Amino acid sequence: MNTPVLTREQREAKLEGMGCKRKRVEDIRFTQGKGNYIDDLKLPGMLFGDFVRSQYAHARVRRIDASKALKVTGVLAVLTAEELKGVNLAWMPTLAGDVQMVLADGKVLFQNQEIAFVVAEDRYAAADGVEAVEVEYEELPVIVDPFKSMAPDAPVLREDLKDKMTGAHGARKHYNHIFEWSVGDKVGTDAAFQQAEVSIKEFISYHRTHPSPLETCQCVASFDKIKGELTVWGTFQAPHIVRTVASLLSKVPEHKIHVISPDIGGGFGNKVGAYPGYICAIVASIVTGKPVKWVEDRIENLTATSFARDYHMTTEIAATKEGKVTGLRVHVLADHGGFDACADPSRFPAGFFAIVTGSYDFPVAHAVVDGVYTNKAPGGVAYRCSLRVTEAAYAIERSMDILAQKLGMDPAELRLRNFIKREQFPYKSALGWEYDSGDYHTAMQKAMDAVGYKQLRAEQAVKRAAFKRGETREIMGIGLSFFTEIVGAGPSKNCDVLGVAMFDSCEIRVHPTGSVISRMGTKSQGQGHETTYAQIIASEIGIPADDIMVEEGNTDSAPYGIGTFGSRSTPVAGAAIAMAARKIRNKAQMIAAYLLEVHEGDLEWDVDGFRVKGLPEKFKSMKEIAWAAYHGIPPGMEPGLEAVSYYDPPNMTYPFGAYICVMDIDVDTGVYKVRRFYALDDCGTRINPMIIEGQVHGGLTEAFAIAMGQEIRYDEIGNVVGGSFMDFFLPTAVETPKWETDFTVTPSPHHPIGAKGVGESPNVGGVPAFSNAVNDAFSFLGATHIQMPHDHWRIWAAAQRLGLHD
Amino acid sequence: MAKSHVKMSVNGRDVEALVEPRTLLIHFLREQLNLTGAHIGCDTTHCGACTVDLDDKSIKSCTVFAVQADGAKITTIEGLAQPDGSLHALQEGFRMMHGLQCGYCTPGMIMRGHRLLLENSNPSEEEIRFGIAGNLCRCTGYQNIVKAIQYAAAKLNGTAREEAAE
Repeated sequence: MNTPVLTREQREAKLEGMGCKRKRVEDIRFTQGKGNYIDDLKLPGMLFGDFVRSQYAHARVRRIDASKALKVTGVLAVLTAEELKGVNLAWMPTLAGDVQMVLADGKVLFQNQEIAFVVAEDRYAAADGVEAVEVEYEELPVIVDPFKSMAPDAPVLREDLKDKMTGAHGARKHYNHIFEWSVGDKVGTDAAFQQAEVSIKEFISYHRTHPSPLETCQCVASFDKIKGELTVWGTFQAPHIVRTVASLLSKVPEHKIHVISPDIGGGFGNKVGAYPGYICAIVASIVTGKPVKWVEDRIENLTATSFARDYHMTTEIAATKEGKVTGLRVHVLADHGGFDACADPSRFPAGFFAIVTGSYDFPVAHAVVDGVYTNKAPGGVAYRCSLRVTEAAYAIERSMDILAQKLGMDPAELRLRNFIKREQFPYKSALGWEYDSGDYHTAMQKAMDAVGYKQLRAEQAVKRAAFKRGETREIMGIGLSFFTEIVGAGPSKNCDVLGVAMFDSCEIRVHPTGSVISRMGTKSQGQGHETTYAQIIASEIGIPADDIMVEEGNTDSAPYGIGTFGSRSTPVAGAAIAMAARKIRNKAQMIAAYLLEVHEGDLEWDVDGFRVKGLPEKFKSMKEIAWAAYHGIPPGMEPGLEAVSYYDPPNMTYPFGAYICVMDIDVDTGVYKVRRFYALDDCGTRINPMIIEGQVHGGLTEAFAIAMGQEIRYDEIGNVVGGSFMDFFLPTAVETPKWETDFTVTPSPHHPIGAKGVGESPNVGGVPAFSNAVNDAFSFLGATHIQMPHDHWRIWAAAQRLGLHD
Repeated sequence: MAKSHVKMSVNGRDVEALVEPRTLLIHFLREQLNLTGAHIGCDTTHCGACTVDLDDKSIKSCTVFAVQADGAKITTIEGLAQPDGSLHALQEGFRMMHGLQCGYCTPGMIMRGHRLLLENSNPSEEEIRFGIAGNLCRCTGYQNIVKAIQYAAAKLNGTAREEAAE
């Protein structure tokens, strides 16, 4: 009998498919201490590598003497640039089209730059060796302020590029200039400003910070001389790109390189790029013939392996007196440090900064980004962000508040007047992107109703009056943010990394007994792919998620993909999963037709199998079909039930959201309290609401940290100030506010399941909400823009500047 | 470097070993005893990923030398489940309440929660937040970690009441 005993609802529930708050598969091992992270890996004879790093931000390296280090017990080798030159690896290409020293080649360009790699029998001996290496420096003048990089008499930072007036992204204006990138209509925008009834202009800085996942960057490299094979286990968000780049650099054929990303302890963009530690571990393994482990310590992580933001944005909006925006003009000075190691698609040196028109219907806009070198750590990674989208969202959301203040208009009202309307989607922005879908007015209204926005403004008015009468020293800020992201890089027509197109992939293999193994080109770092990807497959092919194993990170077994960053897993790999699953279902339908002795067209899909239309008792479950696919195949059909899909998305996806922060600030101490934070996210179709909520909580906490204090700061001679958890602000459970989450659902019309991605939205939208709350609190006292980060001291200083302590 | 002899009880098992005096307890646990549940997230005793239980206190094992633990009784995440494999209420609570994402802070966080609940079986949210302030999490924003500890507290208290009734 094929008649199902369970009701349709029970059968659906049993699948734990899309929309289900399925508990995570990963947690079973993680809660028992059985995760498998890089530093857990132990191989016979494994050695350990550690770096000698520069004390100075800019210096010539006159001499490196490793002789004493080589006498230290347990030390086996010391690599310097001279050794690496022998294998043509003293420099390496960056993802941004620049080159970066693997080990100091004649000079150093930032503090803690890698100078020598000590290889020893264990990590203690390696540290002893590092202590014993002697380096002789000749200090050079330092550039810390990016606005001084292009001064006529500025010191030359990159001697290798001094005479090259063309870089990877076109002409260079100065020897410390990297690129100028511009987008939009300059003439039209200038005209809009000439005719503007009202305009604002503000210098808005987004300070340098760092993703700082709890697990640092690490790897184990093992070169097998007999087989000529290289295996690298690493904290790689993009393992397939690592394999391709490793092959191109090392000349080891790609099929003889095995790259494996095991469990990763958070990434947030930190683990996308290539770092000298990876290269040195590989070379050291080739040299010694033994596996070599490299594990960064926290100070190294914060000071050397990349950074995020450091965008200094002069932002202008033109508008009518009624508050209709008529033009946007932005100039950014981008500090990329000593080497341009941004993790952007190659044709986008400023990432997707062109999303800077945000959620608003700007008729015309123009943006220019100038990248410059300074004596700071290289990078420019997308810290929980789709490639400069955080910076763009901050610029526009702060500027809209500043415009509202100038117009004497409520910032919510100004936004509502300028939103792209629902019927305008798909919407072509003034800077060239085609927004897929949105319903901004509904989301904004829902958020305002949820927090009682009008009542909050009324309360604020009462408090402001009381403050002015001297009855209280507390001020109240209401911070709004309505962000639109651009994620899911991306269509191969414009997105590639060093020529590697940014599609993603999924392979699904249904076993004869009806369970499944599935592999993807992405790599979870905590997002819960093993759980959510199985839910997509479960809904698509009617096999319970618990019977589906998801595997990522092994480049030998997984199909080629670009990895997990820029919120691309669901928009790109998620689509590949649905497409591969549909191939399975198509074949299953043919098999079912054979088993039920009907024409394929007579069948309809019903939760977990196919049913003959009009004959409900004639049903074949996927489990039955799976068995038949191997052991009862229709004559002439190829046995097996598996499929691969490589998905090249037709467009990016555009998640959006409305965030509201309510904050109380004591002007005498600078101490603030986040009274309430409400976050409404629209990420299209929701795969697992529990995981979405978790992602939003985490992203908001990172946004809170960045806006309210987290910073990588340098002193005037290029010393990193605050490069450990002693000073770098990571909120604890005590400081972290409580989060309220909400949602609307506007599916993406071009995505097979309508999903848009959510992991980065709270970071993108959260930062302006916090900063707008601080600024809104002070706005009635005459402040127009207070720079981030808003730690207690800087809030106090803002109050001081406004004369509130007189 | 001359090695010192240490002897301690780890997860109910007596262990003896020779260690360098400078060997940190976290490295001893992870590399000599292969107990890789506790992790290293910083070098400055801030993150708490290395938290284990030592003589009925939560300690950050990156800031204790193995020789200092000589004679001590240590419990790590690997020793928290029952011998029959059934999970501790905290291990269950973290999964049920989505109290983890990347999992890297989780062993330390659970061990801290374990000691916290032994010290205060029914903590308020504020007490939980203060009680885990020595453990950093980069993924969850703590809200669901608080719920996970509350879940475990309720379950442990319920169990305790049942046992008392019997």
